[in-house]
Amino acid sequence: MLSAARSFFRDRGFLDVETPVRIPTPALEDYIEAEASGDHFLRTSPELHMKRLLAAGYERIYQIGTCCRLGERGRVHLPEFAMLEWYRLDADYMDVLDDTIALVRAVAASGELRFRGQLTDVRGEWQRLTVDEAFRTYAGCTPDAALSRGRFEEILVERIEPHLGGATPTVLMDYPVCTSGLSKPKAGTPGRAERWELYIGGLEIANACSELTDPAAQRRSFQATADLRRREQRPVYPVDEAFLAALGQISSAAGVAIGIDRLAMVLTGAEVIDDVVAFPADRA
Amino acid sequence: MFSASDLRKNLKIEIDGEPYIVTYFDFCKPGKGQALYRCRLKHMLNGSTMERTFRSVDKIDKPDLFQKEVIYSYAEDPNYVFMDAESYEEIRVPGDVLGDQIYFLGDDMECSMLTYQNRPVELTLPIFVDREIAETEPGARGDTATNVTKPAKLENGYEFQVPLFLNQGDTVRIDTRTGEYSERVSKA
Repeated sequence: MLSAARSFFRDRGFLDVETPVRIPTPALEDYIEAEASGDHFLRTSPELHMKRLLAAGYERIYQIGTCCRLGERGRVHLPEFAMLEWYRLDADYMDVLDDTIALVRAVAASGELRFRGQLTDVRGEWQRLTVDEAFRTYAGCTPDAALSRGRFEEILVERIEPHLGGATPTVLMDYPVCTSGLSKPKAGTPGRAERWELYIGGLEIANACSELTDPAAQRRSFQATADLRRREQRPVYPVDEAFLAALGQISSAAGVAIGIDRLAMVLTGAEVIDDVVAFPADRA
Repeated sequence: MFSASDLRKNLKIEIDGEPYIVTYFDFCKPGKGQALYRCRLKHMLNGSTMERTFRSVDKIDKPDLFQKEVIYSYAEDPNYVFMDAESYEEIRVPGDVLGDQIYFLGDDMECSMLTYQNRPVELTLPIFVDREIAETEPGARGDTATNVTKPAKLENGYEFQVPLFLNQGDTVRIDTRTGEYSERVSKA
């Protein structure tokens, strides 16, 4: 799977890059916690450094590497996991969706995935569903109402996710801006961001967006996250100024992050993430 | 208080003044959102179950549990009577609290008891007990290394799986935590 993914990107002119695993400050995200490593942190994603490479003029880059997230352990979560991320300059979230569709078709040789008792055909048209449509159809409410009651995640997990990615993969798109701190707002649709997540068999496989490239807007978004984290008495990481300075050099870009272990799960039909990793967290 | 991130299988918690034990636990975290801790809970006194989802910001009460050493005395249907090892007071434990543990109790067995508001909610037996097999198909020779098992019964009716080479009258060691066969102690 990894070598198929590497040839896929090589054939399309993407540069294989490496960025630091041990970083001075992690990306400020509402609900992603970083693990400390001495006076540094282990990266929760390579996103900010990869965007600095975009700013330096690298037009197509990808990376397969380890990321760590504190406290994430469950049937589909490992505190240390492998991420595949790629970015394109002068692209939006629909351009990188085309990459994703081609990539999944390239690694799923048979074209069909048998996962969680369902058969998902990746060869045909993929279902596209907005977050608004999904909440209306499966939960009878709007995402904004769910957010204001603090039940967005609960409804997503319990009412919506089980319906996603059945006969075909599902692209759940246009998330509320407030849940998408590093994404570009969607033109013409107030309150929504150009962001999608890929689901197969109810499992979230990938997250993607048109990147927010306005440094002032990005700083405001980081500030909102910092305020939230302070209110909830969680660590507030310093703003990555080198990243903000670089962001101004990017006109437009889009990127995707795929949880490689989860992609391996849907390819092999594994029910638990431990089954696709040689040394999962508690057996390292 | 517990944080939601402390939740795991077998954790004992208190909700609205009632004691529960977590019997199923899963961590979820949809797309960059808050973590959810989905639990199935069993009421420690009446055995009723419910589903509950906690969010990362939630705080959960710790039940005030008290541990004491007790000695098993006798059965008095539907209760099982233990004696407090310090006060010699008799404590009646409903069979529901013990579950399959009732099959492993023995005279004067030293156990550890958890109580909630003076009511027993959990017993811990010695890890291993030795019991004689009352009923099983005759043993098959030479089959000492395979994982193939057959059903066996204790005198009190407890049914469990044993390796093929065991016979009626053999004494075996049972792990009281799982109720499973552990090893053969002596032959009939």
